[in-house]
Amino acid sequence: MFIIGELINGMYQNIGNAIKEKNKAVIQKCALEQINAGAGALDVNCGPASKQPVSDIQWLVEAIQEVTDKTICLDSSKPQVIESGLKVIKNKVIINSTTADPEKLEKLIPLAKQYNAKLIALTISSKGIPQNKDQRLELAAMIVSACVDMGFSTEDLYLDPIAMPVKVAQAQEKDILEAIREFKVISEPSPKTVVGLSNVSQGSTSRSLINRNFLAMALGNGLDAAILDPLDKDLIDSAITTELILNKNIYCDSFLEAYRKK
Amino acid sequence: MATQLIQDKWSGAISTVNIGALKEEGGSRSQVIKIGGEQSLPCLFKEGAIPNKPVIAFEVFDVAPDDWPQELVRPYSDVLSDPFAWAEKCVKTYKAKILCVRLMGAHPDSGDKTPDEEAKFISALLKKVDVPLVIIGSGDDAKDNQVLPAVSEAAKGERCLIGSAVQDNYKTLVGAVSADGHSIIAESPIDINIAKQLNILISDMGLPIERIVINPTIGALGYGLEYAYSIMERARLAALSGDKTVASPFICFAGHEAWRAKEAKVSVREFPDWGQEAERGIIWEMLTATALIQAGADLLVMRHPKAIEKVNGYIENLWKGA
Repeated sequence: MFIIGELINGMYQNIGNAIKEKNKAVIQKCALEQINAGAGALDVNCGPASKQPVSDIQWLVEAIQEVTDKTICLDSSKPQVIESGLKVIKNKVIINSTTADPEKLEKLIPLAKQYNAKLIALTISSKGIPQNKDQRLELAAMIVSACVDMGFSTEDLYLDPIAMPVKVAQAQEKDILEAIREFKVISEPSPKTVVGLSNVSQGSTSRSLINRNFLAMALGNGLDAAILDPLDKDLIDSAITTELILNKNIYCDSFLEAYRKK
Repeated sequence: MATQLIQDKWSGAISTVNIGALKEEGGSRSQVIKIGGEQSLPCLFKEGAIPNKPVIAFEVFDVAPDDWPQELVRPYSDVLSDPFAWAEKCVKTYKAKILCVRLMGAHPDSGDKTPDEEAKFISALLKKVDVPLVIIGSGDDAKDNQVLPAVSEAAKGERCLIGSAVQDNYKTLVGAVSADGHSIIAESPIDINIAKQLNILISDMGLPIERIVINPTIGALGYGLEYAYSIMERARLAALSGDKTVASPFICFAGHEAWRAKEAKVSVREFPDWGQEAERGIIWEMLTATALIQAGADLLVMRHPKAIEKVNGYIENLWKGA
């Protein structure tokens, strides 16, 4: 599983303050901690409090690139913020995210092509959040077809079925898991799949427990990547164990350690 | 339509292990043998770099072996009871580039030589021949735990490959090999899970994974060769996909296994349809070795000079495609 660390987000107080005070050390420490815990990419989001996200995202990207060459995942719902981040990118990059709305797709797919970026696409539109599997598949098909039309490889596309909080949308979870599997047959080569994992446990108690069980089930349905907290050791242990059961790695008695040594 | 080669892209590589240290490196060998380093499955030269050819080590015992079939004894009959002469014959007459010394004489049932005697033997051998050495114990764990550290110290700085560490008995050897600058053979009983676990246990003691060579244990032709092949293939696929814990070169004791096979040694009198035993054993060892090369063997330990000559020719031919 490809891990995208979620912790560099202005919504968290320490990161929000660091952005405000332009304190690089906090950001860089957070970046390295996540990488050491297994993150293959770092999500970067200025958060709701940022007054100048267009410049803040550049500052964040530059701070991170000073300490690592890992992939950066530019996270904003505003295309102009993404574009601003792309202008200073040296590392590999993922755009997070587009929706299925044509105006977003028409803006972000060409940007992804221009910057050789991978693209996360949420199966959501201005009409709202899908309520079942079929609506998700319909939106996914729209996204894939836009990519094909614009010559963007579906291998570089990550479809996100929108993991809904179990507390709010319990009836949808099974559909979401099935959508992950069915997204794969929309095109050849298959698009990849990703979830913003923490959303599943939003507002719940026992968040880590809910997150890791959902992740195991999602991986069982073929999930490729997740945006999550890599410092949650139980969560990562669960992901490693799930991949072991799926025969992605050779078993040995110290399989957790072996995975981390890889 | 022209045939199109379908090629995989790999993200991992097998580690490279150097055997033997030159004078300027603190040893006294005339050359260094490099094994491993592949970035592709065996012999798929177009798919990724294969920087080192498989190497064959001649197997030498410190005492005359008592169970070798007649055909295998024949080429060494003048030297079997003198390990120094035996080693020199391999190097001078048969052009061995590397030797594998089996310290059988330390075994309680085969002479029970002391650690001190074996250490002196290895010191003397290092003066007689200047090729890199692989050194393996007698197979008696308790005795090997006394003998191998002494031998390791005697060969300090010569960057030998010493074995074998097994899952239930590795700590003493890892400690010695680590301290004296050698590499280690990690042996597992045709079991990929144990091979991986043992590599982790050894590296946890501070010996880098890059100084481990895996002995996956093999079966000769007709005696589980294909099972060994599948284990080696599985390890390679994982290693090339990025699993460093199994990304070690392989050492395979082709001679030891092949010459145990009934087909290699029974006489033509017993089985007239099988042909002359003089050729049969050599063929058995060759076929076992060549299959292992296809499975990814990096270092083959072999016995009959004729079989070794033929397999060396086979390697040269195969590598013409590289």
